[in-house]
Amino acid sequence: MTTATRIHTPPDIASSPLTLPQPSRFRGSRPAPAPTEGTLRVEDLAVAFRSKRKAVEAVRGISFTVEAGKTLVLLGESGSGKSVSARAVLRLYSNAVDISGRATLGGVDLFDLDERAMQSLRGRAIALVPQDASGSLDPLRRIGSQIAEVLRRHGMEHGRKAARLRAADLLAQVGIPDPARAVRSYPHELSGGMRQRALIAIAIACEPKVLVADEPTTALDVTIQAQVLDLFASLQADLGMGLLLVTHDVAVARQMADRVAVMYAGRLVEEGPGATVLEEPAHPYTAGLLRAVPTPETPRGQLQAIPGQPPAAGEAVDEGCSFAPRCALATDQCRADRPELVPVAAAHWAACPVVNGRVPVEMGNAPTTVEVS
Amino acid sequence: MTTTPILLAEHLSKRFDNGVLAVDDVSLTVGPGETVGIVGESGCGKSTTGKLILRLLEPDSGYVAFDGKNLANMSGQRLQDIRAKLQLVPQNPQTSLNPRLTITEAIAFNLRAHRWAKREIGPRTAYLLDRVGVPAAYAHRYPHELSGGQLQRVAIARALSTDPKLIVCDEAVSALDKSVQAQVLNLLVELQRDLGIAYLFISHDLGVVEHLSDRVVVMYLGRIVEESGAAELWRRPAHPYTEALFSSVPGPGRERLVLTGDLPSPANPPSGCGFRTRCPVAIEACADSRPEPVTVGGDDGHQAACIRIGDGVTATASAGVA
Repeated sequence: MTTATRIHTPPDIASSPLTLPQPSRFRGSRPAPAPTEGTLRVEDLAVAFRSKRKAVEAVRGISFTVEAGKTLVLLGESGSGKSVSARAVLRLYSNAVDISGRATLGGVDLFDLDERAMQSLRGRAIALVPQDASGSLDPLRRIGSQIAEVLRRHGMEHGRKAARLRAADLLAQVGIPDPARAVRSYPHELSGGMRQRALIAIAIACEPKVLVADEPTTALDVTIQAQVLDLFASLQADLGMGLLLVTHDVAVARQMADRVAVMYAGRLVEEGPGATVLEEPAHPYTAGLLRAVPTPETPRGQLQAIPGQPPAAGEAVDEGCSFAPRCALATDQCRADRPELVPVAAAHWAACPVVNGRVPVEMGNAPTTVEVS
Repeated sequence: MTTTPILLAEHLSKRFDNGVLAVDDVSLTVGPGETVGIVGESGCGKSTTGKLILRLLEPDSGYVAFDGKNLANMSGQRLQDIRAKLQLVPQNPQTSLNPRLTITEAIAFNLRAHRWAKREIGPRTAYLLDRVGVPAAYAHRYPHELSGGQLQRVAIARALSTDPKLIVCDEAVSALDKSVQAQVLNLLVELQRDLGIAYLFISHDLGVVEHLSDRVVVMYLGRIVEESGAAELWRRPAHPYTEALFSSVPGPGRERLVLTGDLPSPANPPSGCGFRTRCPVAIEACADSRPEPVTVGGDDGHQAACIRIGDGVTATASAGVA
């Protein structure tokens, strides 16, 4: 699909609570573009929040691909820009936020669509599972009506009754016991785990090609988290969805990832197959992050912490490598020139001139033991 | 336990005004210089247990003895003197440090409350900040000028200020990024080694608790379901809930025991064993009476409150394991 310029669609009745209403300049009858397949490609995405006094560059040029039916984990600590990236792809920010780069879904350029065309894709072709289940559901409306809204908006079900029945089906599919009752429940009547499932039901209602899940289990207890992660896996198997999973949790990444992209200070520092990146990391930051998590073998009190702290969103120095101030391997070159992602193995990249294509940082060893040529 | 425990909590129970039985007959001990972990999911009563021990909440029944003295009947200066030795590091330093006091003033405030001499307070705060690794240049900054990791160090310095024998750490590292969390965990261990402080470490993070604890208490729905030396507990979890909890920790390609259903309402818990509604090995008898702790294996004070222990069933084998 290359015909993704000015698309004219009929105005919708309601406007999504997640988006700003746009001026209705585009009225017409051409249908919105439909992605033919489910690969989400993001190229050179940058997001900056500007105010009169300063600009916060939260994301500074990242590229990644979520293959159809596969899981890409965007892994990073607070302020690394991972959630901002995910939300920017869905175009959930207002025009006041500077966004550049490209995001294409099955060949449709998401950043080139007008707002109404984007609305017709959002929920139908690409959907979001937000982090905060309590804040993301309307407290004054029953769960069933909130699921039915998505269905009716995208013309999947027309009658109220049919939509309600389909809502109950969806709740059953995400493992909610007694879905007929849950359809009639208000959000406060459900537990946190149930609310998170209801949000997943809303997100998968139109069987999107790509699901964007922003820390979907962070607020949940570990036994409920296990249920929700299993649910994602089985939904992927059933529906063939691609999953962009945003998390700070290395263990969640290990369980879910086909590929992992590690973010630090608004940039990708490493990207590759999940098993490789999380077992034999190439970038010193990834290696440090993995070592900082206690394992049964770690002697007590001898965790290998990364010194210092991650820069707050947009606070990173822009000269050289953002991780250099905390990196045991950093050289003058690291502080002067910003490293680009270079291949270190098959389908595996890291942005580190010291490592430069080798995979040297053994788990468990201090990074200082690595030979630097 | 060969030595006299520094903390002895016996049969603590607490029901809140809304009917929630948050803590139901909990007993635990902490030895001098020992770390006891409390793990469990939200709503299991672990934080309430911490508050009862600190007497930030009054128990409905049961008592807490600290250093051989019963806290129940204490008040005024005597309680204050005990509290100097029994301190808290709360979860969120952003809200637990007064935003209008510099970090030096925050620590000095604690010292003044415990009647330290004025001339000692200045050197003491400087020493404490140095001890926890906060640069002297930050001494006169306000909380909003520090990162989360630095603030948690300040909260630790404040707890340390009165030479405590026991610090209750309530999710003390949960809000920190992993790379920073490791620094703070290392600091806690180093302080324990140097100063002989005991910790009651309350956390939902199983990896952190395993790393830090000598003994671990597992709570579910207000009750202790299992208790053991840490290494033994991870080697051989005996209670079906503990098995499920441990196997829920995400990881690739392992056998997982995924529980069905949610936590029952603590306002209206099931009869008998609180876990029976989600337990893969529950039998009818589980509804009859509250299971008493039974000794498991004989090692390391390992006890679990489950009537099916000894029946040779394990939750992992009985459930449909994913």
